[in-house]
Amino acid sequence: MINMHWLYMFAGLVFASFGVASARDVGNRKRWGNAAFWSLVAISFWIRGLLGEIGNGVLVLALVALAGVHLLGRSAGESTTAEERESFSKRYGNKLFFPALIIPFTAFLGTLAFNYTSLKDSGLIDPKSVTLVLLGAGVILALIVCYAWLKPPQLSAIDEGGRLANAIGWALVLPQMLAALGAVFAAAGIGTTIGTLAGEIIPQGSVFLAVLLYALGMVAFTMIMGNAFAAFPVMIAAIGVPILIHQDGGRAAVIGAVGMLAGYCGTLMTPMAANFNIVPAALLELKNQYGVVKVQIATAIPLLIANILILYVAGFHL
Amino acid sequence: MNYLPLLGIALVVLGFALRFNPLLVVAVAAIVTGLLGHMPFLKVLGVLGHGFNQNRSVTLIYIVLPVIGLLERYGLQQQARALISRMRGATVGRVLILYLGFRQIFAALGLTSVAGQAQTVRPLVAPMALAAAEKEHGALDEATSERVKAMAAATDNVGLFYGEDIFIAISSILLIQGALKAYGIELTPFELSVWAIPSAFCAFLIHAARLLLLDRQLRRSSR
Repeated sequence: MINMHWLYMFAGLVFASFGVASARDVGNRKRWGNAAFWSLVAISFWIRGLLGEIGNGVLVLALVALAGVHLLGRSAGESTTAEERESFSKRYGNKLFFPALIIPFTAFLGTLAFNYTSLKDSGLIDPKSVTLVLLGAGVILALIVCYAWLKPPQLSAIDEGGRLANAIGWALVLPQMLAALGAVFAAAGIGTTIGTLAGEIIPQGSVFLAVLLYALGMVAFTMIMGNAFAAFPVMIAAIGVPILIHQDGGRAAVIGAVGMLAGYCGTLMTPMAANFNIVPAALLELKNQYGVVKVQIATAIPLLIANILILYVAGFHL
Repeated sequence: MNYLPLLGIALVVLGFALRFNPLLVVAVAAIVTGLLGHMPFLKVLGVLGHGFNQNRSVTLIYIVLPVIGLLERYGLQQQARALISRMRGATVGRVLILYLGFRQIFAALGLTSVAGQAQTVRPLVAPMALAAAEKEHGALDEATSERVKAMAAATDNVGLFYGEDIFIAISSILLIQGALKAYGIELTPFELSVWAIPSAFCAFLIHAARLLLLDRQLRRSSR
């Protein structure tokens, strides 16, 4: 059965190829730093079981050391010039979208085909990870089509992937790093501390103020942890269940679902949600690494107000 | 109660504000928090390593980079721009509102990873938004092009966050269900996910309004 394990092996291969591409990039003064960084990421995908928890911790510190003392650099330059790209784009036209769309379409149609045919019972793919496995299959299929059609230089998929990876740089592993920080926060008891504090300042007698504190607590704690999933169990235990559901008789489904969505407003406003907010800034080569968070605030605040109203009206008055 | 580990949070905020390397900030904050929480150093290292590995699925999506890079070499971004500049009536607002709608619908069907910052925003959506902005406004200064690109990324995030919870088998719905169950409150995923629909509509309306406002600002500043 093809499951996540296979996908992680494949991902390790891709990251190892970024390492090879970095080492080949002679114009980059820091190429060995980059090569070491991606090789370590590849190792963590391949043999994490052999490393053990402490071994993995050491690997994490090695990644941090490489990034922290500025041993990573950007690639030397683009493989083709802007003019060449313009002329390629004229030559190949809209057909260029086709290989790019292979990946989402394989994932989309494949998932549908898997769920609604006998493939589901064939045991070929683990049903829990079918979309991601098909995404991996889409990548391989798209690469085959690109090579057959565009006939690029042999190693260019590796070099181009490496170029993009080096443009993102250390930010690429920041989301994983922040999740690890979340695990340490949890182990050190930060969640319970914040929950207790929030529970102590809850005002008595006002349902609206309790709703407000619940939603703002979700937002604040989500902004600290970078993840509403970490904030939810804490806030539901501190305010959601004891105050809003039991004491004030709110509708549990609304308190749960919309509470989480209020937390997502926090996700939009924090650099700690690196995969959504910091990595895209690197991917799009923004000058300001907080550029994405900055434009999201004006959507997040009115949306938070809307969520608070939904919590209050649908939770208590419908 | 031990309040000392909360200093770890302050350390993160301070480190980010002073623009130290974020990986370094996070690692230092993790170790300090762990030690203040009376964990031995090796235990902290173990939790850090375990947490890092448990979450490697967030890094998985970068397996698309070789394909995207290869297509960019052959002019994918240029073609995305050309397509939009030929299209009549295409504006940044309209392009991104259309994308927002699709992203929400696909996410609501559980298809969260068919689109995303690496798969669609960098190679397609951002270049299209830029091309549309140039049509409305003429050549863009740096601040404006940064804003348009950031808006493309933001649109993907809003569409994902306020679509995915409508799908019943998404991890956040299962998490809510599990957390409530621990208090003896039994709900089905469907009972929870219908309550994601009002917020999804609000998110669409609010973000779409902002996108139309961006259009207006672009048109005004071009005169």
